Amino acid sequence: MADTLIKCEDLTLGYDKIIAENISFELKAGDYLCVVGANGAGKSTLIKSVAGLRKVTKGNIIFSDGITRKEIGFLPQQTEAQKDFPASVWEIVLSGCQTRKGLRPFYNKAERASVRENMELMGISELAKRSYRSLSGGQQQRVLLARAMCAAQKLIILDEPVTGLDPVVTEQMYSLIEKLNKKGMAVLMVSHDIRAAVKYASHILHIGETSFFGTTEEYLKSDTGRKFIETGSSAAQLQA
Amino acid sequence: MDKFLEYMSFDFVRNAFIVGILIALCSSLLGVTLVLKRFSFIGDGLSHVAFGAMAVASVLNVTNDLLVILPITVISAILLLRSGVNKKLQGDAAIAVFSVTALAAGYLLMNVFPVSANVSGDVCSTLFGSTSLLTLNKNDVTLCMVLSAIVITLFVLFYNKIFDVTFDEVFSKAIGTNTEAVNLFIAVITAVIIVLAMNLVGSLLISALVIFPALAAMRLFRSFRSVTIFSAVFAVICAAVGMITSIMMGTPVGATIVGVNAAAWGIIQIIGLFIKG
Repeated sequence: MADTLIKCEDLTLGYDKIIAENISFELKAGDYLCVVGANGAGKSTLIKSVAGLRKVTKGNIIFSDGITRKEIGFLPQQTEAQKDFPASVWEIVLSGCQTRKGLRPFYNKAERASVRENMELMGISELAKRSYRSLSGGQQQRVLLARAMCAAQKLIILDEPVTGLDPVVTEQMYSLIEKLNKKGMAVLMVSHDIRAAVKYASHILHIGETSFFGTTEEYLKSDTGRKFIETGSSAAQLQA
Repeated sequence: MDKFLEYMSFDFVRNAFIVGILIALCSSLLGVTLVLKRFSFIGDGLSHVAFGAMAVASVLNVTNDLLVILPITVISAILLLRSGVNKKLQGDAAIAVFSVTALAAGYLLMNVFPVSANVSGDVCSTLFGSTSLLTLNKNDVTLCMVLSAIVITLFVLFYNKIFDVTFDEVFSKAIGTNTEAVNLFIAVITAVIIVLAMNLVGSLLISALVIFPALAAMRLFRSFRSVTIFSAVFAVICAAVGMITSIMMGTPVGATIVGVNAAAWGIIQIIGLFIKG
């Protein structure tokens, strides 16, 4: 049995109004869990709660003994200010080592080495000196993913990692994430893209009117899953 | 030039010159962060608070103004940060209310309890800085040197943390960095810098020392480190040119430094047009 990294029991999420209720799931080492559901169902709220950015209204998010917040990598959605930020790719990826560095003022050799390694992994080594704001959307996402990897020891949390990317770059991102997962990194991802979710994920958490948590195979057989994929693909056909 | 050399032969002028350069350097260091984090409004609000505190200090007739102004401004910085960052909409209004009240209260105090015959002169030099380097208070010069040294040291030691939280606060928080503590640190340092800079350029012109070097550097450079280094160099050169001009032409020192900053910024904007093509 693989170790449990995170266990959530009966979460209730919301601001003044409750957004989602009765969310329970479990994430084990090496899992690839996709959170799906309609817009406004609370996917991003859930991920922000797990990442410690906001409090839950009710329920618990339990980190197992083997993992602390400092071992989790996070890929947030980009902000407007960042798109025009004067920083080099190297500086940004290096900032992924910030918690490992702690209160020490400067980064050490091991941290620099891990930056080089993760940049290699993401195929952005040659961009090191480039300015972040001069990169394409896909390159920027790979920089942020490399930064998240510098922080991640066992788990990486991704909030809509392919938003705004074109189809080719989107596929590249997915295969990078798959590569990380194959190397043993657990993945927790929020996605709009149900097609990719069922293709890559090992487990699915569906939140909405009816909730579902289980393996992807179980999800594909469940009523919740079948209905959602049907409406999702018909919407996709309409768009196409 | 003779006049300048003659001035420089006096110890206290030399000291004032050094202090001016240190203050400009300190102000420029956090400029990039303040501009990018949309914190420049906090700097502006704090400078008004510092003016109010200055009035309180002069009414109380304290021997060293800074000992009153510094704590009040630092506490205000912490309060403003609390209200300003958490609830963005109310924050702007809170700062406006806070700073205008401080400004009015300061002016009232100085008029109701005048400590010298020339109230409007006092007010003017608090708002726009000393008319010349020579009128800088000797105690202030020493204290300024110490504080500048502390600010520069802390900035270098926490440079990486400041970058982390400036570029992406959400990420930093998610991976376990204490972002509240870093923000608090930035606010406190900002307050110290503003109090320092008030001596040189006065409370209304402080924002110029913070913003011009950062904007100029961001126009030309790509990495955070080169932007920081260039804004420091820019600030030091502008302050030196400004102070020399002020001595030679007998112009008010604060306004002259700000004028040089604005002109240099303008030149860099034009250079930037050619570089970006």
